Amino acid sequence: MKQYVIKRILTAIPLIIVISFVCFVFINLIPSNPAEVALRVRQVPIITEEAIAEVEAELGLDKPYFIRYITWLFDCLHGDFGISYVNPSRTVAGELARCLPATLQLAGASLVMVILLSIPIGFLCAVYKDGIFDKVMRGLVFITTAMPPYWVGLLLMWLVAIKLDLLPTSGNGSWQHLILPAFTVSLSYISTYIRLIRNNMLENMKQDYVLYANVRGLPQKQILIKHILKNSMHTCIVAIGMSIPQLISGTIVVENVFAWPGLGTLCISSIFNRDYPVIQTYVLLIGVLFVVFNLLFDILQTISDPRMRKEGM
Amino acid sequence: MKPVLKVEDLSVILNSKKSGKVLVENSDFEVYPGECLGILGESGSGKSMTVKSFLGLLDKQFTAKGSAWFEGKNLMQEGKESLRSIRGKEISMVLQNPMTCFDPLYRIGNQMSETFATHTKWSSKEIRENSMDILKRMHIRNPEEVLEKYPHQLSGGMLQRIMIGLAVSLKPKLLIADEPTTAIDSITQHEILNAFLEIKEQHNTAMIFISHDLGAISKVADKIIVMNKGQIVDRGDFHHILHHAKDSYTRLLIEKRNAVLNRYQKVLGGAV
Amino acid sequence: MFRRFIKNKTAVGTVALVLIIAILGILAPVIAPNDPYKTDIINKFASFSWQYPFGTDNLGRCILSRMLYGIRPTLGLAVLTMLGTIGLGALMGLLAGYFRGIIEEVIMRVVDVMLSFPSQVMVFAVVALLGINVQNVILANVFIKWAWYARMIRTGVMQYRERNFIQFSRCVGTPERFILIRHLIPSIAADLAVLSSLDVGWAIINISTLSFLGLGVQAPTPEWGAMLNEAKNVLTSNPTQMIIPGIAIVILVSAFNLMGDALRDVLDPKEVAE
Repeated sequence: MKQYVIKRILTAIPLIIVISFVCFVFINLIPSNPAEVALRVRQVPIITEEAIAEVEAELGLDKPYFIRYITWLFDCLHGDFGISYVNPSRTVAGELARCLPATLQLAGASLVMVILLSIPIGFLCAVYKDGIFDKVMRGLVFITTAMPPYWVGLLLMWLVAIKLDLLPTSGNGSWQHLILPAFTVSLSYISTYIRLIRNNMLENMKQDYVLYANVRGLPQKQILIKHILKNSMHTCIVAIGMSIPQLISGTIVVENVFAWPGLGTLCISSIFNRDYPVIQTYVLLIGVLFVVFNLLFDILQTISDPRMRKEGM
Repeated sequence: MKPVLKVEDLSVILNSKKSGKVLVENSDFEVYPGECLGILGESGSGKSMTVKSFLGLLDKQFTAKGSAWFEGKNLMQEGKESLRSIRGKEISMVLQNPMTCFDPLYRIGNQMSETFATHTKWSSKEIRENSMDILKRMHIRNPEEVLEKYPHQLSGGMLQRIMIGLAVSLKPKLLIADEPTTAIDSITQHEILNAFLEIKEQHNTAMIFISHDLGAISKVADKIIVMNKGQIVDRGDFHHILHHAKDSYTRLLIEKRNAVLNRYQKVLGGAV
Repeated sequence: MFRRFIKNKTAVGTVALVLIIAILGILAPVIAPNDPYKTDIINKFASFSWQYPFGTDNLGRCILSRMLYGIRPTLGLAVLTMLGTIGLGALMGLLAGYFRGIIEEVIMRVVDVMLSFPSQVMVFAVVALLGINVQNVILANVFIKWAWYARMIRTGVMQYRERNFIQFSRCVGTPERFILIRHLIPSIAADLAVLSSLDVGWAIINISTLSFLGLGVQAPTPEWGAMLNEAKNVLTSNPTQMIIPGIAIVILVSAFNLMGDALRDVLDPKEVAE
């Protein structure tokens, strides 16, 4: 068991290094000279050779490639991700730290919605397979997978916030502000997991252990919840857990629709302003989260499944 | 003597969009206390279907007709809840694939005790004692450890014996064994058959033994019915079936078995 | 296979629907009632009329005409993206699966890294890097998706490589390139058709999302995502503006999703036997 965990962690390290390298190369692939971009962004009227050299020194762009990667990596490990091109008085780390809580709040609320809605709905769909509820839900699931999230956001904003005036349209501040964006982010995941849980439960219902539980006369509720649901949840929780970073990156679009002051809004405005260090750090952050969550839930799955647990380890 | 189970005119139909397909047709048979009825037939002949129909274990897409009298009740008319309380206590069953019949996520002890908790009012201490008792009676070594094991950690033969032990533990009036020897190797098969013989002698339980294996059936069954394509084609004791089978399918089964037996004796004879 | 296709109503229906939409897009200059760029400030936010069947937008432009012209970038770019993705993925997958050795090792490691990156963020990163532009949106989408196809096609190649008929052609001595084209491509085509029709839907959503955010097709050009971006600005005063482009996207994406499912039924004989 321990060996397996250590092995998994060790395989994740090279992946993180590759991701960091790609992120580093990314900023150096920009067609224009970053120093020049920085000068232009700071609205320096005349860009001279000296000014460029000065900014290059300031940003550490005059050193050899590999050294720059190593120093950059070490800086990153210390939490120093460089300076924003747009606003040199601000560090990238500071910018991210300012926006991260709002995004985590949104992603967290979405995750809660995904779990609270998809599991019971998927469960009911499987139990009452081909009933009215199942058919309606299957229809909804089909339609929501074809709806672009930003449109869902607009529709909800119009219907719930403007027409019915139940919730605020945009911005953040209270829990009411959170509901619409969180639901928009979670909608496509909810439909994915409704389908996953439903199909997984139907698959499990055909298993011999369910027949044997029936043969032993166990109550239907107990068979459904203790045996079938638990077996299905096992797969689904791992899938949901692994999709958490995707949920975080999925907030980009929705944050923009609802003017939610999080990482997504920061990312888009950075793209428009060509604030490369911010984008770079954002990609690095999400990439690392991806690897870490995959690792985490892979290990969790192994630990929680008795079949995968090896004895005496 | 009154039969424990009396099945009359039992049919099972598979509902499909166009027309119903009859899977079991007008089956009738009865089982008396202390007697073992063997149901012989190849897979798909409707043996398990017959049994599942009166226990309420069929999916929605099947319809069953007819009657099955047990303890003065017609099981075909009983509600779901009443059938459930009968299953596992008064009529218990042993299934074919022991390796897949236990939920992989729970320990054996847990799955045994949930069965007792459903049908009895025992305290957790009594449940544990009874579980240990079953394992001991089924000749399983280190019963305490086995209770703590997960299904995948035990062998098929062991799980099969646990299943049999669990099936007889609540002193059922009727024990149904659905191909209990098919999925295990021949040495274990022998042990399992002996376990059934012991049960018959000790508990005087009525038994239905379903198999496609004439050899296995001949060991435990007192009476045999042969099913083919959903119909009962022959009935009688083993001797009768062996020598006076009317149906061509039954004769084919017997011939095959005899051929194997002859070949076996020849090989043995050759070795001497 | 063709007869199974004709029998499957969903497959025929969705393919027909997509073809009709595509033809409408191609014929937009002929059938559109108005010039999609012509503004008519007096008639802005007009509702349905004979002159403007779907009404007009914030600048008084004909919505129906803009929708028809919008088919070209919306559907066209998505199809282009998928062609690029499949092309690159197929090339890499075939190289890896057929030649093995170092080539395979290198390609598959790259694929692993690509698959471990969060795709949505990568699109934004690539667009940020290359600049806000339509070509770059396509490049970005191809860049994040090709690895899936490379892996699928490689697996397909490996499976069919082991099958007897290829070994037989080998013994007979047909040149390798011939074996590749003659046997492998038709065998993989079925899986490819299913997956790519599902992914066209994905590409439509993805590209329209970028246009919506202002990172893709730019403002005056009629594209459904960009139209929704403009509709967003007038959400409070004229909410109906977002209805038509949104529904159009849902219909088109649903058509592709249904088509993918239907093609699976048509191409997978196991399912049909039921």
